[in-house]
Amino acid sequence: MSETEQFPATLYGPAERHMAESLIEIERQALAENDEDCDCKDGMFTGLTRRGLLMGGVALGGSALAGSRAQAEAPPGAIEYDVQPDPTKEQGRFILDDGGYGSRSQFENEVRWRYPTASLDSSWSMTPLASGQGIMTPSGLHFERHHAGIPTIDPRTHELILHGMVDQPMRFTVDDLKRLPAVSKIHFIECSGNGLTEWAKPTLKTVQGTHGLTSTSEWTGVRLSTLLEMAGVQDTAAWILAEGADAAVMTRSVPIDKAMDDAIVAYAQNGEALRPEQGYPLRLLLPGYEGNTHIKWLRRLDVSDKPFMTREETSKYTDLMPDGTARQFSLEMEAKSVITFPSGAMKLPRAGFYEVTGIAWSGRGTITRVEVSTDGGATWQEAALDGPVLPKCHTRFRLPWTWTGEEAVLQSRTVDETGYVQPTLEQLVEVRGLKSVYHLNAIQSWHIAPDGEVTNVHA
Amino acid sequence: MFTRNLTIICAMGALTGALAGPALAQDDARTVAALPETLEETGERAPAQVPQSSAETVGDIAPTDNAYGVGQPASEAEIAAIDIDVMPDGRGLPEGSGTYAEGEGLYEEVCAACHGSDLMGVSELGAPQLIGGRDTLASDKPVKTVESYWPYASTLFDYTHRAMPMTEPGSLTADQVYAISAYILGQAGITGTEPDTVLDAASMAKVEMPNADGFVADPRPDVGE
Repeated sequence: MSETEQFPATLYGPAERHMAESLIEIERQALAENDEDCDCKDGMFTGLTRRGLLMGGVALGGSALAGSRAQAEAPPGAIEYDVQPDPTKEQGRFILDDGGYGSRSQFENEVRWRYPTASLDSSWSMTPLASGQGIMTPSGLHFERHHAGIPTIDPRTHELILHGMVDQPMRFTVDDLKRLPAVSKIHFIECSGNGLTEWAKPTLKTVQGTHGLTSTSEWTGVRLSTLLEMAGVQDTAAWILAEGADAAVMTRSVPIDKAMDDAIVAYAQNGEALRPEQGYPLRLLLPGYEGNTHIKWLRRLDVSDKPFMTREETSKYTDLMPDGTARQFSLEMEAKSVITFPSGAMKLPRAGFYEVTGIAWSGRGTITRVEVSTDGGATWQEAALDGPVLPKCHTRFRLPWTWTGEEAVLQSRTVDETGYVQPTLEQLVEVRGLKSVYHLNAIQSWHIAPDGEVTNVHA
Repeated sequence: MFTRNLTIICAMGALTGALAGPALAQDDARTVAALPETLEETGERAPAQVPQSSAETVGDIAPTDNAYGVGQPASEAEIAAIDIDVMPDGRGLPEGSGTYAEGEGLYEEVCAACHGSDLMGVSELGAPQLIGGRDTLASDKPVKTVESYWPYASTLFDYTHRAMPMTEPGSLTADQVYAISAYILGQAGITGTEPDTVLDAASMAKVEMPNADGFVADPRPDVGE
């Protein structure tokens, strides 16, 4: 088949035919050149390449290049393309060249960072807050925490069973849930262990390490109250067990009031299906509650009169106090803020203007105020809150600052709609000691040295 | 090389607007998403399909039977198939039993590799210590174990049954979990260590854990004016 026959004039214009034929020639040359090493490269982006080619259709051959362009050197989520010496002097690449899903610039490299636990099976990865903009976390950078790996679940066979103290036990397919009235809400999820390394002394160096277990997404799904009303909750019901379909068969007990208030059985995140590491195809969303309760890969809801006292809510996510007692069901995340720029391990190149910025959030409602100190808490200035300012959601704050080049300690302090003021670490430790592990929401301090070095300090 | 050759074939297929060969055709056994279909005439991508209510396929619920006519009743058998939770008062504990002696053998076989023959855990594996640590919770070095920290024996049964052993989660029978629980609780000095010490649903619900009273309700906000 000649190239001209592949692109009949009835379907393609002369310029398109010329480009397509040129691309085929380029692809041939690239394949010939890469014969020796293409076995190793083939494995790198096979899914992308095959999807691109199969779905390419009208892409007119641009996707044929994806195979040879995909390089191992590109950051995750990016494809390495040749940089054009003068992009105004030659055509750019074609539409759908990446297969039709999109990829980020090869010049951007933020990734989640895995906290180095002993076991790869049970670990957590942290959001790179320092590079974040606005309030939304890209789905691919949303922190993850799981206890027995990420299951691969076929949504066509996955079901959610709702039973226990209800009039009519119900069974829902994923499609069923997508047929029901939906809501989309922007909320943060924060692991209650966020910052657990920082109680006794500054330990991790970056804001990703100290605060990266919080992320914000738009979550779409069915209100849990919709499902409960369909099943008919009995009067004496007080708790619901939520259970996941992972290898840990993760469970947490949720108060029925929370379930009826703003809980969501979510199937989408940021406009598309949940990511597998975020619970695909279904997860529970409990706005403002500690992340561990947002059960992923949700398969079962059991309504009861009492909490179930699962392993997570007895031996793990309880907060040990100095007297040896432990707080249980400390579910809400209290108001917290952190400056993300400048933050740990950065270096300010010289004295001058910088916009101090960061995020604030509260599991108990809306952020009403953020103050920033550049002198270690001696004086405070009110920061501007960037809209939208939403309940149980990250809120971006900003304060213009001119650094004189002298030593400085940057801090942020937030207040939520309940009037709660973010405490100092000393205040927390005085009440809770150093062994409570969870719910560290203290003011964070970043030290700026005269040479511009930014470090994590307790101040 | 195979993949590369396939790539070329696919490329040509895509370029000519035709689907690739029959080896890549869609069929029911796919474990990935179906490729989007192309609409005739315009070539647009077919939109997402309207989700079908399972009630419509089964016919168990007429659209007017509940608020939306979506979803279907869950039968007792369907619930029983996945209803594995166990509560402190013994609700949910299955039939069966196991002895300390049986548990000793099973522990060595399925638990010791991670938690150690001495039940003291292997930190390099992330496997926690299971016993010991009593009277350490108020100290500078609290040791949280089943013995020192867990308030209810039901939690030990529940978690072991649903998630252990790590390499084969959910593989233990109720009898085996009763036996392993009897061994761990025996070693913890909570139940007996006589070989014929038996645990079953009735006895498990009566086990009193040392730290049962060690938990308080959340008093926060405890700081912050």
